[in-house]
Amino acid sequence: MATITTTSSLTPSVTSRTPSIPMSRIVAVELRKMFDTRSGFWLLMSIGITSLLAITAVIAFAPDEVQNYETYATAIGAPVAIILPMIATLSVTSEWSQRSGLTTFTLVPRRGRVMAAKAVCTVLVGVAAMLVTIVVGAAGNVIGTTISGVATTWDVTTSGLLNGVLAGVINMTIGFMLGVLIRSSAGAIVAYFVYTLVLPGVFGALAAFQTWFGDLQPWVDLNFAVTRLYDETMTGQMWAQLGLASAIWLVLPLTVGLLLLRRSEVK
Amino acid sequence: MITVDLLTKHYRGVTAVDDISFTARPGRVTGFLGPNGAGKSTAMRIMVGLTPATSGTVEVLGGRYVDLPNPGLQVGVLLDASAQHAGRTGRETLTVAARTMGLPVSRVPEMLRLVSLTDAEADRRVRNYSLGMRQRLGMATALIGDPAVLILDEPANGLDPAGIRWMRDLLRGYADRGATVLLSSHLLHEIEAVADDLVVIGNGRIVAQGSKEELLAGAGSVVASEDDARLEAVLAESDLTAAVVDGALHVDGDPAVVGQVAREAGIALTGLRPADGAGLEEMFLELTADSQRDDLDGAA
Repeated sequence: MATITTTSSLTPSVTSRTPSIPMSRIVAVELRKMFDTRSGFWLLMSIGITSLLAITAVIAFAPDEVQNYETYATAIGAPVAIILPMIATLSVTSEWSQRSGLTTFTLVPRRGRVMAAKAVCTVLVGVAAMLVTIVVGAAGNVIGTTISGVATTWDVTTSGLLNGVLAGVINMTIGFMLGVLIRSSAGAIVAYFVYTLVLPGVFGALAAFQTWFGDLQPWVDLNFAVTRLYDETMTGQMWAQLGLASAIWLVLPLTVGLLLLRRSEVK
Repeated sequence: MITVDLLTKHYRGVTAVDDISFTARPGRVTGFLGPNGAGKSTAMRIMVGLTPATSGTVEVLGGRYVDLPNPGLQVGVLLDASAQHAGRTGRETLTVAARTMGLPVSRVPEMLRLVSLTDAEADRRVRNYSLGMRQRLGMATALIGDPAVLILDEPANGLDPAGIRWMRDLLRGYADRGATVLLSSHLLHEIEAVADDLVVIGNGRIVAQGSKEELLAGAGSVVASEDDARLEAVLAESDLTAAVVDGALHVDGDPAVVGQVAREAGIALTGLRPADGAGLEEMFLELTADSQRDDLDGAA
């Protein structure tokens, strides 16, 4: 058995002189924690893997007339839109589901700082991952059109790409918000699928059969508002609709979740 | 220094911690003793800000724990060795803690050596750790910042006898260097072997506290004689209760008094000593008997 080698006395007077933990360090640690577990590592890897699988499938199966950038971007975007929010969710819920929060919140007792760091990491990872998909999509477009011998077309604008990045980050933030609100990995992931698969169906049906809701939908259906980032030229009104829908479905529940989280008991 | 003042925690209809006050002092090991469900863990979680108190205050190093600028460097905390991410390796778990505190990562192998986790073990994921290994990893996390205060909830759980001995020496060493050590346990002998001060809790209330010597002073004596039956009778005449436990006669009086009674009755003693080890256990069982019964009823 090892013994303590240090013999210095432990004096409590260090308290007042110790500098507090800088925010940049908490962000760096939280970013590391997102990917230093087996599940975190493979979720990150799966972004690259599914992107490659998606462009391979497009090259192999898509007819020549749709060999363009948008086809590649859409093919890659679908799996990534599911994986990214899970990374965000798990970065929050694992502190409870894996109970590592006992250590995290004793080392940084101001929970708001930890959550702010996790939010920063969520946006950083979201932007980075969307940039990766743009690059992989472009590579796929070049390779695919070269193989099939059609002209390489770039049917996207810079603002379209930026809107795509924003949509990715919003989706990831939804995952983050549900993690904060529910604080359980399984529950939050189920809730994410309700949010992105069940709610749009409900809203769509409502809009189809109730004319009064048809006009209202763009303002209150977040998924509807986000989808337009991908395939429409955003007008001022569309941005306002995205803003209101985000306030209702994202900002409000996130605020409630953070307030509850800060007062909750960590066991 | 940890100062707990009139601390109370209510859950819906249950009082987990009921108006407790005590001080854990620097340079001393304070044992927080009580049966399962007595409120030890809840009280310790409140101390480090994980659980909000209903009322009362806790001061750690003269202020609230949550106001410490970098708590890991000042207070080492181990509340539950199982509460570690199962998918992270032991080494990574320690690295995350070191980085959070702003310590050089060279502290990580030092701590692994201190708690006797081998390099191969450190590179395994925590899900494959035994409870004893998790306990060692948890201790390494608590100690990595070289803190002046230690708050440890049942740190000896799951350790082998050599590990328990190691833990005892380690805590003694910390206290001797001036640290405040608070450790909880339901293992009486473990606490008795290392603690200087004791706080005994049952059903959320403190039922006894003081230095170990004070609390053991009234523990009585163990006596053996050539005629135990007659000795028991003369002790009873002097209002001293005696009972045979494991073949030895336990008396609820100091050895000096018991010896006096025996001499006056002309009974030759073959052995007489203060009831040390067993004394605390008897006190503990006696003091916490009510809460233990309640626990059994509650579980049924």
